[in-house]
Amino acid sequence: MSFEPSNLALSMATGAAAGVVGCFAVMRRMTLAADAMSHMALPGIGIAIVARIHPILGAATALLLGALLVWRLETKTGMATETVVGVVFSVALAIGGMITPGEELIEALFGGSGPATFLETAVGIFGSAAVAGLVLRDKDRLVLALVSPEIARAAGVDVARLNLRFLVLFALTIALGLRYSGALLIGSLIIIPAVTAKRVARNLTGMLVIAAIVSTVSTTGGALAASLVRREAGPLVVVVAGACFVASLFFPKAGARVPRAARVLF
Amino acid sequence: MVTVRDADNALEVDRLSVRLGQATVLSSLSFAVPRKSTLAIIGPNGAGKTVLLKALIGALAYDGEVRWAADTRIGYVPQKLDIERDLPLSGDDLLRAEVAVAGTTLRDAQRAGAVVGLTAAASAQPIGSLSGGQFQRLLVAVALAGRPSVLLLDEPTAGVDEPGQSSLNDALQRLRSERELTTLLISHDLSVVYRVATNVLCLSHGRSFFGRPTAVLTPSHLEELYGAPIGYHVHDELRA
Repeated sequence: MSFEPSNLALSMATGAAAGVVGCFAVMRRMTLAADAMSHMALPGIGIAIVARIHPILGAATALLLGALLVWRLETKTGMATETVVGVVFSVALAIGGMITPGEELIEALFGGSGPATFLETAVGIFGSAAVAGLVLRDKDRLVLALVSPEIARAAGVDVARLNLRFLVLFALTIALGLRYSGALLIGSLIIIPAVTAKRVARNLTGMLVIAAIVSTVSTTGGALAASLVRREAGPLVVVVAGACFVASLFFPKAGARVPRAARVLF
Repeated sequence: MVTVRDADNALEVDRLSVRLGQATVLSSLSFAVPRKSTLAIIGPNGAGKTVLLKALIGALAYDGEVRWAADTRIGYVPQKLDIERDLPLSGDDLLRAEVAVAGTTLRDAQRAGAVVGLTAAASAQPIGSLSGGQFQRLLVAVALAGRPSVLLLDEPTAGVDEPGQSSLNDALQRLRSERELTTLLISHDLSVVYRVATNVLCLSHGRSFFGRPTAVLTPSHLEELYGAPIGYHVHDELRA
C-alpha cells in the first residue's frame, strides 16, 4: 500500500473507530465473537467478486445480515452471543472459502495491498467517524446494560434494541477495517487495542482514549511499515497492536489521570 | 404503558403469570402497591421473587397486566452481580451513565452517594476493587441518582457485613420517609421486613399470600411457605 496523506487520514479514522468499538466489545465479553464474526465477511466477499461488485460492499452486506441473525437468535433462544456467533460464523467461513476464488481468497483473509481510491477513502473516513460517534452517543446506555441489563431497563433503555445497534456498528467496524487486516485478522485490530487499554486503564475515559490511540498507532504504523518493506499491511497492523499489548504489560494502571480534554471528548 | 386505575396506587398487578421455558414461575398474581408504601416480597429460593421484579420492569415477558402510575421513575438495585473484577469502570462512570440516561444531574449523583455513605474516593475506584458493602452502596446510589419515585430492591444488603447491613438499612429507611418513595423490597431478613413493610407478598412455588405484616407473617403461613417452622426476632416496640 502506498502511504499518502489520504491513507494516513483513513488509517487514523479506521483505527479510532476500531478502538472505541473494541472497548465495549471487550467489556461485553465479545472477544472471541469478534474474531468469529469477522469470518461472516468472507461469503459476502466471495459473492461480490463473482458478481463483480466492490468486495467491501459484499462484506458489509453479509456482516449486517450476520449481525441481524445473531441478534434474532440471541433474543429468541436466550443463547449467549459467543455461542450463536461460534456456530453461525464458522459455517460462514466454510461457505466463504468455497465461494471465493483462490487469489482473492488470500487478500480477503489477510487484507489488500492496493492504494485506496478517493471513494474508498471518503467512505472509510465518514463511516469510521459515524461508527465512533454513534457508539459514543450510546456510551452511557452501554455502560448500564453491561453492568446490569435490569438497571438499564429500569432507567428506560430498550436493551434488545441497544444490543442490535451495537452489533450493527460492530459489523460496520469490521467492514471498514477489512482492507487493512482481512477477514482473519480484523478481529484482532478491534480486540487487541481494547484489551491493552483494559489492562492499563482505571476508568472508562482512560480505556476509550488508550484504545483509540493504540488502534490508531497500529493502523498507521502497520500501513507505514507495509509501504516501506513492500508487504501486506494486515499482518503488520496486527503485529504493531500485539507489540503495544506486550508493552502494556510493563505499565501500571494509569487511566485515572487522563487529560481534561479527553474527559470532555468522551 | 398502561397506567393505574386508582390514583392512590403506584403499581397495580393483575393476574400476572410468568413462564421460563416450560416452567410456570408466577401464576395469576394480583396485588396493588399504594404510593409511598413499602411492599416486602419474601419466599424461599426459586419462588420467583427476582422474576417478579424483572417482569415488573418489562425485562421478562409475562401474561396479565402491570400498571404503573403515569409519573413513575424506577430505580432498580439488582441482586449480587456477576461482573469481571478487572473492568476499567469506576463508580463515577456508573453514576455518570445513570445520570445521563435518566436525565438527572451530577448533583443528584453526589447527593445519592452521600445518602448511602459512599465516599468520593470509593466512587472513583474501579468497581472491581470495591468491597461487597461498597459495591452495594454504589448500586443503591446509582438507583437514587436517577431520582426515582419507586425503588425496586432485590436483597440490597446481600453480601454486606452486619454493621454495613444495619447502616444501609437505616439509610434506606431514612430515604423512604424523606423522599416519600414507594419501595418494593426482596428480603430474607424477616425482622427487617416486619420493621419496614406496609404490606407483604409471600411467594412460594405457585402459592402466594398478600397483606399486612401482622396478618401475613404468622407462624402457620411461614411454615406453609418455607416448609419448616421459621423463627424471627421482632422488637417489642415494633409490636406496639
